[in-house]
Order: sequence, then C-alpha cells, then structure tokens
Amino acid sequence: MSQTRKSSPAAIPVMDAEAIRRALRRIAHEIIERNPQLPAVALAGIPSRGVAIAQRVAAFIREISGKEAATGVIDVAMHRDDVGRRRELPVVRASSLPLPLDERTVIIVDDVLYTGRTVRAAMDAISSFGRPARIQLAVLIDRGHRELPIRPDYVGKNLPTAAREQIQVRLRETDHEPDAVWLERQ
Amino acid sequence: MTARWTRKDLLGLRELSADEINFILETSDAFKQVGTREIKKVPALRGKTLVNFFVEPSTRTRTSFELAAFRLSADVINISATTSSLKKGETLKDTARNLEALHADILVLRHSSAGAPQFLARRLKASVINAGDGAHEHPTQALLDLYTIREKRGKIAGLRVAIIGDILFSRVARSNIFGLLKLGAHVTLVGPSTLVPREFEKLGVEISHKIEDVLPRADVVNLLRIQHERQRREYFPGLGEYIRLFGLTKERARLLKPDCLIMHPGPINRGVEIDSDVADGLQSVILDQVTNGLAVRMAVLYLCGGIAA
Repeated sequence: MSQTRKSSPAAIPVMDAEAIRRALRRIAHEIIERNPQLPAVALAGIPSRGVAIAQRVAAFIREISGKEAATGVIDVAMHRDDVGRRRELPVVRASSLPLPLDERTVIIVDDVLYTGRTVRAAMDAISSFGRPARIQLAVLIDRGHRELPIRPDYVGKNLPTAAREQIQVRLRETDHEPDAVWLERQ
Repeated sequence: MTARWTRKDLLGLRELSADEINFILETSDAFKQVGTREIKKVPALRGKTLVNFFVEPSTRTRTSFELAAFRLSADVINISATTSSLKKGETLKDTARNLEALHADILVLRHSSAGAPQFLARRLKASVINAGDGAHEHPTQALLDLYTIREKRGKIAGLRVAIIGDILFSRVARSNIFGLLKLGAHVTLVGPSTLVPREFEKLGVEISHKIEDVLPRADVVNLLRIQHERQRREYFPGLGEYIRLFGLTKERARLLKPDCLIMHPGPINRGVEIDSDVADGLQSVILDQVTNGLAVRMAVLYLCGGIAA
C-alpha cells in the first residue's frame, strides 16, 4: 500500500524525504572526510532498511568523490543474544561482505540505533568473516536508551524518545511508501 | 510478521505445508553462507544441547547433524544403539526421559521402527528431529534433495523427477515423494515391479519399469542405493540383473537431457545403481547434496531448537 500516512496526535512526522536525503548526503561527506582510503571502506547494511540506506550512502559517495565504496549485508538474526526467549524466531538471511576484511574499515549501517544489541550482534557476525582494521557505525536515527556501551560514528538525526514511544522508518525501496520517519506515541 | 514456523519437531514431510517447506529452504540459504565464512560458527544455539540418538547406525547423517550443531554453537552428545542402555533392556521412552532429565534440548533420532520419533515427540519437551524411522520418512534427506534441485534449476514446480531403485523399503523415496508433489513436481518411480508397488500411484506419482522410457524426459534423476540384503529375500534375481535393467550406465546416461541433474543420497555403490564415471561426471550433483545437507540441517535445528519452550 503506498498510502501517505496522515499526521495525528499519536503519529508525528519527524523527517520527510528531503530531510532524509540531506542527512544521508551529509553522512556520505563525513565518511569521505574520515576515510581517505575510500576503496578500503565497506558499508555493511543490516537488513532490511540498513541495506537500503547503505546503498544510498554508497551512491552519494560515488557522486561526491567519484570513488566506489563497497557495500555488503550483515544478517544479525543468527547472532542475537535472545534466541529462545522470543516467541517468534527472527528470519535469517544470507550475509555477504567483501573479503578479505583485514585492511578494511567496515561501517555498520542501520536505520535506528536504540539499545545497541543489534549492533553488538552485527559486530559478532563481522568477526566470523575476519578481522577488519576498524569498525564504525552509521545510523539514520539515534533514539537513545543504550543498554550496551555502543556509540555511533555518523548520525542522521538525534531523536531523544521515551521508552514507550516508537520510531517508524519508511523507505521506498523496502516499504513501498514515500521516505519518512515517524514518532509514534502509545 | 506471521510466524512461518511454529513446530518444535520435524518428524516428516507428509504433514508439512508447501509454505513450511519453502520456508525451510529459504532459511537454508542463510545457513549455507555460514560455511563460507572464515569462522564457520554462529551463536544461534549457544548453550543448547543436542543428542544424536542413532539406534540404527549411520556415519554420514550423524556426522552431518553433528557438524550442523557445532556450527550453531550447540553442544553435541552421540549415542548409538551398541553403546546405549537400550542393550540393557531400557525402553526407548525411559532412555529419552533420562536424556531430557539431563536437559537435552534437541534429540536427533534414527530408529528402525516407523513412528519412533513421533512417539518421543509427544512425550518430551525437547525438539525431536527424525533422522530416519524404518521405511517411513527421512525428512532432512528429502529437504536437502529439494534444496539442491532448487539451487541448480531455480525451481521445483513443473520439473520431471525420476526416483530409481528400491522404492518399497526407502524412507528417502517416501519423503521425496511427499516434498516433490507438494511443491508441484511430476514424479515417476522406476524400478523392478517387486520394489515399486502399484499402490504408490495413489499418492499421485507415475510408475515405470523401463528406465529407458523415463530418462529422456527427466529433469532430475535420483538414484537410490540397492541394499544387498534385498537379493536374499528374492525381490530380484541378483545385482547383475538389476544393473542390466535399472543401472545408470554410461550408455543410459547419454539418454539424459544435458541439464538433467543426477542425484544420490549416498553412499553410492559404484557400478551398481550408477556407473563410476557417471557418478563423477558433470551432471552429478552428489557432492553438492552433501554440502547442502549441512545447510538444511542447520536450518532445521535453528527453526525447531530456537523456539522458546
């Protein structure tokens, strides 16, 4: 369904398509600034939206610098620390990373950073592929409430939230809706 | 998201829906990738205990399940009939209950009695995986066969699959028949009339006793091992006779379409059901089956073992 969501007291739009575009383009600039060796960078997206974001950032990097940053997929479902505690088993997908990782900077890419447990699982997954020179983290939204000592290197928008609130990210590649970020209050 | 797998056990393919079977195959894609990593291990079943309980002996299937469990970070115990307390007269139910008292999470069972896995699944909180029960089912073998076909040919629906050999006593054949038909393949059973009963037609398969008629149209040929003990029970006159009528010789292999897959659950009897050169030839995917077996078993253990008790 490609219906545009209507704003209501319960759902507030926080970012529209243009804001998302500017944020990701800025992240691309920051990545270029901090990584002089762009061919050594690998943007590893966490499915599903992280993968779409990683590809968009790679496209901006190509557009701005003329250089290619490799992209990959990091599935975290097999590396979660809560297997057997959830009633529904998370769907697993095949991962792929450009190998070898030894000289590379792997940038984990996800849509929302919350407790940090997904990122921990992503680092665990990366370690089974090899030992990259460094790992960085890029997120579209940081909503606070970290449960682990994990911090992002590149952030699209800082959005302090209450625990009972929800962040909804919609991207046209994955959700078939216009790009948007919504804050939902229960 | 609606849960696509909710079972704690895998007992057979007969009771699974096409959707469930496809979900296992899709999940296997993810786990196949783990075998290509530098560290072939994910923590998905960390802290879980898997018991390989092989009352009927096996090396290949047991090793495959063992490796699959290790790759998922589970702990593995192997019990075989000769070393188990079954020899001392303990019942199957009591042996399994004892294992559960040790907090075994997953029981992989191979047993000569059909229904043994189901018997235990009903009584245990642990997940029970059927690794072969009598002549009834061998679901993970059929799943890896389906996975291999899907990998090589892109699909299952509409393909013509010939299963050749001792169908009557084969749990591999039965599980394959259920799985292939559910996913829309055409199945033809080929073998001596003593080993391919006509009643199987009721399942929705064709039957032929002339291999040359079936080979030219087949997209997949799955050869079953001829078990030598059948000879003595007079199901067919002798190995020589079997080879002459049903062996996949070099000459017969020429009748196959160039992209026809040649499969075998193993271990192969070179020169009996399949010519040595044909087994090693380009159309043979026998070794792919082994690799895929690992991925499929990882998927099954993850799906059954990962559900909260």
